[in-house]
Amino acid sequence: MDVTLPEETLLEMYWIMLLSRRLDERAWALHRQGKIAFHISAIGHEAAQVGAAYAIRRGYDWIAPYYRDLTLMLALGYTPREFMLSLMGKKGDPSSGGRQMPSHWSLKRANVISHSAPVATQTSHAAGIGLAIKLRGEDKVVITTVGEGSTSQGEWYEGVNWAAVHQLPVVFIIVNNLYAISVRQEQQMAVRNAADKALGLGLPGVSADGMDFLAMYQVMKEAVERARSGGGPTIVEAKVYRITPHSSDDDDRSYRPREEVEQFKQRDPLSLARQRLEKEGLLSAQKVAELEQRAKEVVEDAVRFGESAPYPDPEEAAYPVYAEEVRHA
Amino acid sequence: MPEMTLIEAIRQAMDEELARDERVFIVGEDVGKRGGVFRATQGLYEKYGPKRVIDSPLAELSIVGVGIGAALYGMRPICEIQFADFIHPAFNQIVNEAAKMCYRSNGEWTVPMVIRAPYGGGIGGGLYHSQSVESFFTHVPGLKVVIPSNPEDAKGLLKAAVRDPNPVLYFEPKKGYRLIKGEVPEGEYTIPLGKAKVSRPGQDLTLITYGMTHYYALKAAEMVAAEGIETEVIDLRTLLPIDKETILQSVKKTAKALIVHEDTLTGGYGAEIAAILAEHAFMDLDAPIKRLAGPDVPAVPFSHPMQDWFMPNAQKIAAAIRELAAF
Repeated sequence: MDVTLPEETLLEMYWIMLLSRRLDERAWALHRQGKIAFHISAIGHEAAQVGAAYAIRRGYDWIAPYYRDLTLMLALGYTPREFMLSLMGKKGDPSSGGRQMPSHWSLKRANVISHSAPVATQTSHAAGIGLAIKLRGEDKVVITTVGEGSTSQGEWYEGVNWAAVHQLPVVFIIVNNLYAISVRQEQQMAVRNAADKALGLGLPGVSADGMDFLAMYQVMKEAVERARSGGGPTIVEAKVYRITPHSSDDDDRSYRPREEVEQFKQRDPLSLARQRLEKEGLLSAQKVAELEQRAKEVVEDAVRFGESAPYPDPEEAAYPVYAEEVRHA
Repeated sequence: MPEMTLIEAIRQAMDEELARDERVFIVGEDVGKRGGVFRATQGLYEKYGPKRVIDSPLAELSIVGVGIGAALYGMRPICEIQFADFIHPAFNQIVNEAAKMCYRSNGEWTVPMVIRAPYGGGIGGGLYHSQSVESFFTHVPGLKVVIPSNPEDAKGLLKAAVRDPNPVLYFEPKKGYRLIKGEVPEGEYTIPLGKAKVSRPGQDLTLITYGMTHYYALKAAEMVAAEGIETEVIDLRTLLPIDKETILQSVKKTAKALIVHEDTLTGGYGAEIAAILAEHAFMDLDAPIKRLAGPDVPAVPFSHPMQDWFMPNAQKIAAAIRELAAF
């Protein structure tokens, strides 16, 4: 293995990917059972996210995420119980107290800023955080994520341009899963790799195999170290595939062939990670079965916790409009 | 008390806040060496350096977006939009991000930030250097909207805005930058946001206005006073949140209300004031609520005769006062 990480770290990364997958699958099931209103999936994106998370100093560095970042959030300490509160719109959801749709993250204790649904708006926030870090002379790093479709937005260009001009400690991750809902990359951009856009903005741009958690970790590690040491921002493109439809309200059969989906499933990031760790002798069939059992229990506990949690009081919708009205920040 | 112009008071407020709090910094187009196209930040780059007064790329949404990010990290940005007309690319950042951040995160994240922008016509600026944009933003809970009319208020309100924990839009009447002069108290002071001011007492009718038209309103009130009409003038100063109490108290006394603003009529800020009066002071009114506003055309034309046709002025306001007083 060309990446030197302790065994327990590699197993932890695998565990987070597995947990994310099982939670995600359970969310789809809850939706089909009519128990939740909406889910937007991270299935197929797990390796890219866990690779990115382990390349930063978690709890120290800052994160401006997008909605498909469940695995990244779990790696940052977001709990399955908290995810269920958010999915079900229950009281105590740390992202928004039930105000936002599920998967619109915020977790102050982990330096994860709140984001919205209009895409790429968090890109300039990441640049602004990077600017503040630089103004204060600190050595923190910001990572921010978007899908490849979001790189069509002026929002994205303006944020990246700022960071390039001011050499800010930001890593701009583009998670390229080939589709912005139904629109394929070819209709979205004329460049072959989304990372090629870096050329026009004056910063390094690197593409990584986002289905391989260690390949992603490797590329991210380098970009994060460059940012931390004053070398400026980097664009990192994670080439992945969205194995599920865009969201629980989408049906992808109208716009992409089943054969293509099946073909990418052959490179399912979770299976690839398992094979790799088995080859290294870190995982066995028995160990995988144990982890699966543990994931099942954790997911069950989270669902029970979410289902028994109360809804917010209707009156909670009245605040906090202004900072003066914050009651339980 | 020293006399100064409106823009000098604004500059002094920023100077004092930069000196007081190292988290405060200014960001915008040409704010550095150039000192701003109107010279609002003149001398501040030389005094505080490039880390406190930052020239941005020519891209408004990221001036605001970068400001939001820095505010989330604990800084206190003052973002300058060169003309209010150019704020529209940043609308998404202001309305979807800054305004909603506190609410959508249930108070975990707040955005202490000021966005300054010169607004208004009468300076030969044509369609895109003359706009009044306040009513786009007074519709948005989570924002505060401030428009000063004189140097003393401009300084005290801007210092309060910098210290406010919320996103504050601070629109400056650019025609008044050097035209409006006034005394400014020496020493440290702020003026609380959300408080209107009765700037001229009167018995016959209440004139509610803000910003540049407040300057004209005082002149108009002076003109009609010679004819025996006593106008009570209210300077709103903060449009969001609005000081209902001061408006209602005055209108209940005078029983007549004239609302004046330069922004266009339909859906303009005056509509909200009229609605407040209709809801809460209907039985006290002796005349229909009257509005004098910019005409419903897309923006202020460049050529002087057409610009003058658009702009409210003291004569037009005086005519409206006479009409309402005679009702």
